[in-house]
Amino acid sequence: MELFLFVIFSLLTVGSAAAVVWHPHPVKSALFLILSFFSMGGLYLLLQAEFIALMQVLVYAGAVMVLFLFVIMLLNLKPRGEDRTAFKVRIRWAGPLALLFVGGVLTAMTGALARVAPAGAQGPEWVVAQGGNIRALGRLLFTRGLLPFEVTSILLLVAVVGVMVLAKKERR
Amino acid sequence: MDWIVYAVITLAKTALLLFVLLTAVAYATLMERKVLGFMQLRLGPNRVGPWGLLQPLADGVKLFFKEDISLPVGEPRLYAVAPWVTAVAAITPFLAIPFADTVAPETVQIFGHTVDLARYGLHRGVVADLPGAILFILAISSLSAYGVVLGGWASDNRYSLLGGIRVTAQMISYELSLGMAVVGVLLVAGSMRLTEIVDAQARMPFIVYQPMGFILYLTAAFAETCRTPFDLIECENELVAGYHTEYSSMKFGLFQLAEYAHIITVSAIAVTLYLGGWQGPWLPSGLWFVLKTGALVFFFIWVRATYPRVRYDQLMTFGWKVLLPLSLANILVTGCAVAMWG
Repeated sequence: MELFLFVIFSLLTVGSAAAVVWHPHPVKSALFLILSFFSMGGLYLLLQAEFIALMQVLVYAGAVMVLFLFVIMLLNLKPRGEDRTAFKVRIRWAGPLALLFVGGVLTAMTGALARVAPAGAQGPEWVVAQGGNIRALGRLLFTRGLLPFEVTSILLLVAVVGVMVLAKKERR
Repeated sequence: MDWIVYAVITLAKTALLLFVLLTAVAYATLMERKVLGFMQLRLGPNRVGPWGLLQPLADGVKLFFKEDISLPVGEPRLYAVAPWVTAVAAITPFLAIPFADTVAPETVQIFGHTVDLARYGLHRGVVADLPGAILFILAISSLSAYGVVLGGWASDNRYSLLGGIRVTAQMISYELSLGMAVVGVLLVAGSMRLTEIVDAQARMPFIVYQPMGFILYLTAAFAETCRTPFDLIECENELVAGYHTEYSSMKFGLFQLAEYAHIITVSAIAVTLYLGGWQGPWLPSGLWFVLKTGALVFFFIWVRATYPRVRYDQLMTFGWKVLLPLSLANILVTGCAVAMWG
C-alpha cells in the first residue's frame, strides 16, 4: 500500500514538474506546479511528516501559487504559440546541464547520508517521546536550530525591506 | 477484521456529517433571505410551504432543470472543474471539526469479538482527529480560492477575470491574518488537536482569554468567505457578478453551495476555537454545537444587512495595515501572558 502510494505520488510529482516546463501556456504551467506541490505533500505524509506536508500545501499551494497566478493573470501572459525554436535551442543546452546538476546533488546526498546523519537528527522513537511531529520540530527549531532560524527570518526581513525600497516610486 | 468496523464507522460519520452539512447549507440560503427580509421590513420567501420552509427544495429543483451552459470559448475543462474545487475545499475542513462529545461506545461487541474503538478515537464526535487539525483546515480552505480564480479565468470574460484576480489578492492578504489570529488560541491551549482544544475549554471558553483574537478571526473570516463588507469579487454594480457571471444551472449551484458551506465551516471553527465547541450544560453536545454555529451564521447575515461594501484599496489597506499588525500584537501579548502565568 505504502509503496503503491509512493509510486503514484512520485510519478505525479515528477510528471507534473516536467509538464510545468513543457506546457506552452503559463497559467497551466502554474496549475501543474500546484499539482506537483500537492503530490510532494503526499510524499511527506508517507514519511509521517504531517506538519511538513500540511505546511507544503498551506504555504506553497495555498499562498505562493495564488500569488503566482495573480501575477500571471495580471500580466495577461499569452501562450508561447507555434514558434518554439528558441525554446528548443534552450532545452538542448538545459537538458545536459540539469542532468549534471541532479547527478551532482544525488551523489552529494547519498555520500553525506551514508557517512553521518545531519546534526540534531533523531529517530522516530524520539519524535514519539516528544509527543508528536509538531512538538518535536518546534523544540528542535527553538533550541538547536535557533540561530539559523533567526538568521533566516532576518534574511527574509531584509528581502521585504529591499522590495519595498525598490518598488516605491520617488516622491518629489 | 477490526478495520472493517473502523471503516464502517468512519464512513457512517462522514455520511451523517455530509447530510447535516448539505441540509444546513440549503437552509442557510433560506435563513439569509428570511433574515434579510425581516431586517429590510419585507417578508422574504413565503410561497413554498409554511413560512417558505420548502423554498430550498424548490430552488434546488429550479437550478437542476436550468440549461447548463457550456462555453464555446475560453477553457471549457477548467470552467467545468472550477466549481467543484471550491465546493470540495469548502466542505472538506468539516472532517476535522469535533461536532459532538461521543457518538459511539468505547468498545463494541460484534459476533462475540470486542473491537476497541477508543484506540483511534473513533468513539468521539469527529471524523478525523488530526494532530495538526488547524493546519489541515487552513490548508484546505486556502485552496477554495483556486476554484474562484480558475472559474473567473476560464470564463473568458473580463468581469469574471477581474473577480478572479481580486480574490487572489484578497485571499493572500487575509489568510495571513486568519492564521495569525488562530495562533493565540494555540498558545493558550498548547495543542493543535481540535479535540484537545475543546476539552481545554470545559471550564472557560477561550473567548474570555482571546477576545481580541476572536474579533480578528471573525473579521478575517468575513474576508475569507468573501461576504459583505468584503464581497468585492462578486460586486454586482461594477463586475456584474464577478467570477460566476458565465455560470448557470448546477455549476452556479455549486458555487452557491460552496459559499454557504464556507460560512458554516468558518463559523464552526470559530465555535470550536473560541466558544467552547460542543460544550454546554443541559442540552446534548451535538445540539449545542449546532446552536452556537447557527448563531454565528446569523451574525454573518446580520452584518450583510448592516454594512456597505468597502472599496478595493480600503480592503487591502485594512488587511495589511490594521488586521495583520493587530494579530501580531495579539500573539505577542498572549505569548507573554502564557509565559508568565501559563
